[in-house]
Formats: sequence, structure tokens, C-alpha cells
Amino acid sequence: MIRDRNWFSRLFDGANYIFLTLFAVLCLLPLIHIFAVSLSGRAPATAGFVSFWPIDFTLENYEQVMGSRNFLRSLAISVARVLTGTSLSMILVILTAYPLSKTPRVFRGRTIFIWFFVFAMLFDGGLIPSFLVVRSLGLLNTLGALILPNAVPIFSVILMMNFFRDVPKELEESALIDGASHWRVLWHIYIPLSLPAIATLTLFSAVNHWNAWFDGLIYMTDTANYPMQTFLRTVIVTLDLTQVGINPQDLQRLSDRAIRGAQIIVATVPILIVYPFLQRYFISGIKLGAVKE
Amino acid sequence: MTFKQYMKRAWPLYVMIVPGLIFVLLFRYYPMYGVVIAFQDFSPAKGFAGSPWIGWENFEFFFSLPEFGRIFSNTLIISISKIVADQVGAVILALLLNEARRILFRRTIQTLIYLPHFLSWIVLGGILLDILSAGGILNQAIGALGIKPQLWLGSNDWFRGTVISSGFWKNVGFSTIVYLAALTAINPVLHEAAAIDGAGRFRRIWHITLPGIRPTIVLLAALSLGDVLQAGFEQILTLYSPAVYRSGDIIDTFVYRVGLISAQYSLAGAVGLFKSFIGFGLIVLSYWLADRYAGYRIL
Repeated sequence: MIRDRNWFSRLFDGANYIFLTLFAVLCLLPLIHIFAVSLSGRAPATAGFVSFWPIDFTLENYEQVMGSRNFLRSLAISVARVLTGTSLSMILVILTAYPLSKTPRVFRGRTIFIWFFVFAMLFDGGLIPSFLVVRSLGLLNTLGALILPNAVPIFSVILMMNFFRDVPKELEESALIDGASHWRVLWHIYIPLSLPAIATLTLFSAVNHWNAWFDGLIYMTDTANYPMQTFLRTVIVTLDLTQVGINPQDLQRLSDRAIRGAQIIVATVPILIVYPFLQRYFISGIKLGAVKE
Repeated sequence: MTFKQYMKRAWPLYVMIVPGLIFVLLFRYYPMYGVVIAFQDFSPAKGFAGSPWIGWENFEFFFSLPEFGRIFSNTLIISISKIVADQVGAVILALLLNEARRILFRRTIQTLIYLPHFLSWIVLGGILLDILSAGGILNQAIGALGIKPQLWLGSNDWFRGTVISSGFWKNVGFSTIVYLAALTAINPVLHEAAAIDGAGRFRRIWHITLPGIRPTIVLLAALSLGDVLQAGFEQILTLYSPAVYRSGDIIDTFVYRVGLISAQYSLAGAVGLFKSFIGFGLIVLSYWLADRYAGYRIL
């Protein structure tokens, strides 16, 4: 450990700590502001008196949001999409990555298959043809439109494949000699040894599903089928609070801003809950694929 | 080994890959075939196969539109500014974090600055629409300093700047991860030897730390070339309004409006295909550069 003890170096250290602290606080301030607004009463929230601490503290904004049937319905759709979409994706990613991680001697045709997937990742048919395909398959207004089109995230397949390739070959070879099938090798050797990578990709997939909203906007023609983030868009961005379905008398006692704030916070909480786990894994997850040299 | 012997062992591999193949065929390759609408007068009732062919007409029409130049220049200006700001910011932040020796402090800062990356543009957009509104907290704050309130999202003077800085807010923390990983790989012995030779702190940063992450900087610069046409569709769709089309309308938002709001599928398909084509070239070029100058391969 090197110690720089001259005054200039110490000054730099002090300034550095202050700068980084300010930067991090600045990143969070907008969120804290909205949180404070969401806990404030009608008058101070509407008038814009609230900065970073609630005024006329109330939980009623949250009670209204959580009591709104439209909001809860969209929440249920989002939960369903996260659970089914993430499981489907992970099964497909693992099943696709395993054969691709083999050498062409073990898996003949690997080169062709790999280019089949890589080309599909590099060239994009574009928004309109993708939309027309999903529509022609009769998926509009179904959960399938939200989980099937991106059920095989190809970049995740490549990350998984690279991870599988680092599994020691000796384990697999001895198992195969003992008569184990590829199914057993995958299940008993590869999956247990790849749990950190699987956990990383699972969390990322879940976060992506939770955060996705554009597909809901284009594939759901009936707003009753909107997942939560798409629903929030109508409330927050197009400012159509009638969508929330809160009864008008209640709405008069509350601030639009505070109700929107409460919904933003509710949408953020699940991310905050998985965030510590996510953070533990994503650094290793990123290293395992993205900067592999 | 005969084919039969080979298959006796290998058949599960082919079974495993079939589901993935089907999904990719259906949702990636079938839309690629669907790009034929760009050369058709497409009507949904007749489908991809039955719609009449009209050659390059959609493209000619698009190139003659005044929006053509506008959406391309907006896309390039916004995306390149974002890439530069993000990369420069990430390198500086990573270097500063690397100089902060207290582990707990560093971890805490990292945790806080990564967070916006994991929030959707709906959530961040909702926050921005509130704090940047005419009477929002930002205008109140600058009002206290005697500056007039500005329409951060509603004026063509500010819109791009708002998009670039809010993109920075969301992503810069997360972008430091790759650099921090590269920084931990620098051998501390180099620093100790330089210190013994009398190199001060800033000379060591300049001559050891920075060269140590140079390959990573080169790599990310090469890879970012593939993103030059991605100016941030979800972000801009959330934040923009007709008042700022002049400075903020990008290729993707134009395709969305023309194709899915006005249902001019063929015109939007042509614009989308034009973008996909250039985008494909850029990505291939970026991977080639990354391989050539940074030894990076995805496979």
C-alpha cells in the first residue's frame, strides 16, 4: 500500500470524497423528491412546496393507488409476465447454449447453428415487420405477445455459452464414458457449476420484463391488458389520471402529483428489493461475457 | 465413427436446440422476410405474399420528405453526444472511485450510482416530467438563484440537452463497471515500483493507471460504433412532444408514429429497413474494429 502524505495529495483525497458523495446524492435526489411528494398532502404537493421531506404527511396516496382495481390488474399482469417470461427465457437460453458450447466434433453443424443465431442478433427486421408478425400469429392482447417475441435473448445465449465453455471438460468426459447422456451432463454438471451465471441472467431477465412497457403499448389494443409500466405511461406521461379509476371525490382530497409519485414509487420498490442480489451478481455476470478477451 | 454411432450419443443436442431455433425463426427471421413490405404497397388483408410490389417508391418518397434529414441528424447528434458523455464520464468516475481507498465508501457510492440503470424510462420519465415541469423543483431551484424558469422538455433549445443529461444520469454509473473491472486488473507492483522511483500520485495515474485501461477504452469506443443509430427510443418516446420534433424526433420515433399510429406500414417499413441496413453494417464494422484493435470476440 502506498501512502501519499503530501498536502496536495490529501487535498485531492478530500475533494474526491466530497465530489463522489455529491454525485451519488445528485443521482438519488430526484427519486427522494418524488418519494417525499408521494407522502405529502394535497395542498403542499400541488403548490410545489415539497422538496425532500414530506409536508402534511399522509399515506392516503398509497392507499388509493393500492386500492385501485385498474392499477392492481396491471400489477398482476406484470407479475405474471415476469414469472412466466423469465422461466421460459431461462429454459430456452440454457437449452440453446448447451449444444452451442460444444466443439463441432461433438456437435456437428455447430458453426452453421451459431451463425444462424448471431446473424439474427445483428440484423433486425425492424419494428413494423415484427409487429405485423406478432399480429398475424394472433398474439395481440395475449400474454404471449409480451413473453414470446424475445423469449430467446441471443446475447444471453452467447454469455451462457461462453460460461459453459469454461466448465472443465474432464468432468463431462468421464461422465459420458460412464454412460451418462447429455441430458444428465447438463443437469448434473453444467447447471450446478453455472449457478452464478444463471442467477445473473435470471435477474436481468426479470428486471427487463418488469421494466418493459413498449411491447405492452403496441401489442395490447385494450388498456385492460396493459402491464404495469405501460399502464403507468398512460397515467404519468399522458397525464390521464382517470385511468387509475379512483373515485372523483377521493381524488379531490389528493394531489395528482402525489398520486403519480406514489405509483412511480410502487413501480420502483420491486427493483429495490432485488437490487442487493442483482448487484452481488451483475459484476461477475458482466465480466463473464462482455469483457471476455 | 458412423453417423448412427454419432447420433446415438449426440441426438439430445439437436433436440435441445430445436425450441431456440423455432423461436428465432418465428420472431427474428420471419420479420426479416417481412421487410419486403418496404417494396410493397402493403395491406394487412393481403399479407406479405399478396400485397402489390412497387419497387423503390417508398424509399424515394421517404428521401423526399423534409423529415428525412431531420430525423437522421437528430439521431446522430443525440446518440454521439450520449456516447461521448457516457464514456468520458465513466472513465473519470472510475478513476476517482479507484482513488478513493475506503472500501465501504466506494461500495456505497457504487451502489447508489448504479441504481438509475435498473429503473425503466417510464419511471425515470415520470420523475423527469415532474421535476422539469414549469413549476417543478428544478425551476424553483434556479429561480432561487435568480434565473428564469425554462421549458426543459418543451423547448427546442433545451430538449436535446435534457435527453443527453438524463441518459447520462441513467447510464454513467453502470458504465463505470467495465472500467473498474479493468482497473482491478492492474498489477499493484507497478504502482509501488513507480512510487519508489519517486513518481507522485498524478504521474502514476497518468503513466500507469490510464495506460492500464487503454485497451478497455479502445474496446468500448469500437463497440459503441454499433450504437450510433440508437439514440434512445424508449427515453425519447417518453419525454418528447410535438413541440420538440424539430430537435428531438429520431428515426425510431418517426417509424413508430408513421407505422403504428398512422398505419402507413410500407413507408415505416422502408425507413426501418434503411436503418436496419446501416445498423447492421455499423455493428459488423464495430465488431471487426474491436477484434482488430482490442482482441475482442463475442464467440
